[in-house]
Amino acid sequence: MNRFAELLDRLAYEPGRNNKLKLLTAYLRDTEDPDRGYALAALTGALSFKHAKPGLIRDLIMERTDPVLFGLSYDYVGDLSETVALMWPKHSVNHDESFRGYPPPQPSPTRGEGAQRNSAQPSRTNHAAAASALSAPSPLVGEGQGGGYRRLNSQHESRPRNLHNNPPPPTLTEVVTRLRTLGKTELPAQLARWLDELDETGRWALLKLVTGAMRIGISARLAKTAAAALGDKDPHEIELMWPGLAPPYLDLFGWLEGRAEKPINREPAPFRPVMLAHAIEDADFAGLDPADFIAEWKWDGIRVQAVSGRDERGNLQVRLYSRSGEDITKSFPDLLPSLHLPGAIDGELLVLRDGRVQTFNVLQQRLNRKVVSPKLLKDYPIHLRAYDLLGDDENDLRELPFEERRAHLESFIKKLADPRIDLSPTVPFTNWAALTAARADPAGAGAGWDAEAVEGVMLKRRDAPYLPGRPKGQWWKWKRDPHIIDAVLMYAQRGHGKRSSYYSDYTFGVWTNGDDGDELVPVGKAYFGFTDEELLQIDRFVRRNTTEKFGPVRHVVHEPDQGLVLEVAFEGLARSTRHKSGVAMRFPRINRLRWDKPPREADRLETLARMLKAETQVPSRV
Amino acid sequence: MHGSSPRMTAKNGAKPAYIFRMRPQDILLPVAAGLCCKPGGFHIDPVRPVERAVITHGHSDHARAGHGAVLATQETLDMMRLRYGDGFAGSTQAIRYGEEIRLGDVTVKFHPAGHVLGSAQIAVSCQDLCIVASGDYKDAGDPTCAPFELVPCDVFITEATFGLPVFRHGNAADEVKKLLASVALFPERAHLVGAYSLGKAQRVIALLREAGYDAPIYLHGAMEKITRYYESRGSALGDLRAVRGMKKAELAGTITLAPPTATSDIWTRRFPDPVTAFASGWMRVRARARQRGVELPLVISDHADWDGLTATIGATGAGEVWVTHGQEDALVHWCRSRGLAARPLDLVGYGDEEETEVVIEGEESGA
Repeated sequence: MNRFAELLDRLAYEPGRNNKLKLLTAYLRDTEDPDRGYALAALTGALSFKHAKPGLIRDLIMERTDPVLFGLSYDYVGDLSETVALMWPKHSVNHDESFRGYPPPQPSPTRGEGAQRNSAQPSRTNHAAAASALSAPSPLVGEGQGGGYRRLNSQHESRPRNLHNNPPPPTLTEVVTRLRTLGKTELPAQLARWLDELDETGRWALLKLVTGAMRIGISARLAKTAAAALGDKDPHEIELMWPGLAPPYLDLFGWLEGRAEKPINREPAPFRPVMLAHAIEDADFAGLDPADFIAEWKWDGIRVQAVSGRDERGNLQVRLYSRSGEDITKSFPDLLPSLHLPGAIDGELLVLRDGRVQTFNVLQQRLNRKVVSPKLLKDYPIHLRAYDLLGDDENDLRELPFEERRAHLESFIKKLADPRIDLSPTVPFTNWAALTAARADPAGAGAGWDAEAVEGVMLKRRDAPYLPGRPKGQWWKWKRDPHIIDAVLMYAQRGHGKRSSYYSDYTFGVWTNGDDGDELVPVGKAYFGFTDEELLQIDRFVRRNTTEKFGPVRHVVHEPDQGLVLEVAFEGLARSTRHKSGVAMRFPRINRLRWDKPPREADRLETLARMLKAETQVPSRV
Repeated sequence: MHGSSPRMTAKNGAKPAYIFRMRPQDILLPVAAGLCCKPGGFHIDPVRPVERAVITHGHSDHARAGHGAVLATQETLDMMRLRYGDGFAGSTQAIRYGEEIRLGDVTVKFHPAGHVLGSAQIAVSCQDLCIVASGDYKDAGDPTCAPFELVPCDVFITEATFGLPVFRHGNAADEVKKLLASVALFPERAHLVGAYSLGKAQRVIALLREAGYDAPIYLHGAMEKITRYYESRGSALGDLRAVRGMKKAELAGTITLAPPTATSDIWTRRFPDPVTAFASGWMRVRARARQRGVELPLVISDHADWDGLTATIGATGAGEVWVTHGQEDALVHWCRSRGLAARPLDLVGYGDEEETEVVIEGEESGA
């Protein structure tokens, strides 16, 4: 458990993806079965046991600490699990060791001999007695080994638990297997025992694990990628077999280390690695023949794979996967009954109201929900718009050319005959000019009322098989031009990881009428879009034009005649009560640096307000 | 303040002696300039220029320039000279650990505080009352300075930098192992260890050497002088090199020590994909580490942790405890719950040196 805790601890601080991978792979390589399997399960969210409530943890610590000291500590640390992990009293204290060889004298304000006194009295004092009373919970002795007879010389220190015949700290396997079978009433005592046995980091990880609050910034996908690296395998292979695997994944590790056969996925509704598109550049068109391609709208929703298949007993199982293969079935129960024929659809999740596709802002209300309330289902009805068919019952269609798959898809959707699932229409065109016109005006080119949810067009080669990843030249995405405004740089903050020495996070604002004439109001934050060279230039500008510093944030000069204008590109706008300006941008990035433009000529809030109006209105043409 | 001894000189603003029994506050009293010893005619670690200063250790919030006369250990005086130049005080007097000096009506004796090289607790005795001003101290082992010595006393003045039960620093050698494990795992990256340049940096280096790390260790320019001084006082720190002038690729797989503020500045761009570590007791609390953008927190402190503070207070046998700079509330509460008289001193001007250390621009660019 302590080893796993160390990994979690390190991952929590490491910002770089590749470095996280390295840490994970090293852990999986160096840790034995079945511990590493349970770790992989914990990291991929595949563990299930009843979580402990924070109240239980609080009760445990209150029995052992002074409430005032706990209160002050909790205020300071700000996190219950961490506070408890840090102040949990240690048990194995050597009560017979005195303070660096000095016998503790009797507390007394009336001694006469001052600093010279050094009587040798090896007996225990009040102080030592108080320390030895630690095992009996009392509000006065809870702050740790208040007596503190320990350590004092790090070179000669050995871990007390090894000296005192204490049980070794639990392994992750013990913790996980015990948690699964433990009765509710047994949990507090078991937790307390483990907390006694673990070190600070171990206690922290244990508490995060049992309260189900393990947020360490890594995805299930990353953990699987790290596992794949053990055997130099493609993470897609693990993704494919994953639904058929169970902790502690002995068969998986056996295969990865070349000791066993590849595990077979018996999952009736498996995920298939997703095919992705390249962004098209103007220069690319010259080499492409319009006749080779089929175009369709690129919908601004969530790309998903909806799979249904029969299990051994012939029952239909339905799964919904994100494009990275994460199982998101539970978040969309309203779609599942519609997937009543075995097959695998590649499509886009959208919210439809009265037959009309809503913007991404609306769809967002349905994402990352743990609890899906009936009201949410009713107010945000989910819909699947189908792009492709990867499997039809038992038949794998991925080897077929896109054009043929499209024909299969059309008949499959027809057979489904469900109002929640429809076909993404193709966009007819004969030359690039026609497609350019369609992209510029989706409403007029067939998207009609749904045009606002179109974020561009997709170009797919008629003869392209369905290939995992982002194969060259098969699929292209041609996004709608972003919205552009000129804003003024107001504040800059240091980045993380590689960028920790650069001011790379920028808050920018536009002009509005203030109490004393025009003033800048922040409208967004961006931390990418610029080139490395531009980053250096902005960083230099920030350092030379800082007017104030607030911790890591620099206040950068932004006067009508002094400051830096940033051309900001963004995908959409939404009303926001969280921002002073009342608007929130979607996907803002720095498009260009306008060194040529004085800040007074930057855009105004009214411009954004007009865009916002346009966003929420229906298109004028059908 | 009332009363004093009959032998008080006029210079010290003597008053006739009416009161026979000294109270602790008659000996030491917090004033704006710091802790004032009226019967002895001096201040301890004064934050403003005074006529006579007795100084516990060389950190800049305790040892300031501009006093008339300074009494401190030779190491502390040397460090002040390194930092402020030759004219940092009107006159200086060095005192050894265990040496006793009479100042006015009190005697002053220096004892090792285990905080940094030359750091001392100052025992001030008058009549039969002994007060120990411990300055900053730690009870954990440190190869670069004399170990903390317990001084029995009536009144113990303790710091409270880590005066909350969540601060338990553990074994510094284990933290250094963590650093070395990271160096082994990421041989293509540089490891940049933020450490206060007086004391912490040298301790980290010494711990690395104890752990068997014998490769060159690189130094930020701001810590070269003080580290060389440590070496001149007998710390064996192995092969140390200036990081200045090194090529980026050469720094892969190496360890460099730098002042904490430098680890998130332009200066770091000379390193290949640096892992930012920070050696500090504050690293015990995650929010603090994250706030600073630290990737590898190392819980290594030059201050006593909660267990160290409480153990020391108990072991001195003091019936009264004065608590200064840090988390006074919790420690005062703990003392009182143990039946000890305790109060916060509310001295201003002392902080955590790691939070305040500033790299001088010139040193930064030259480093």
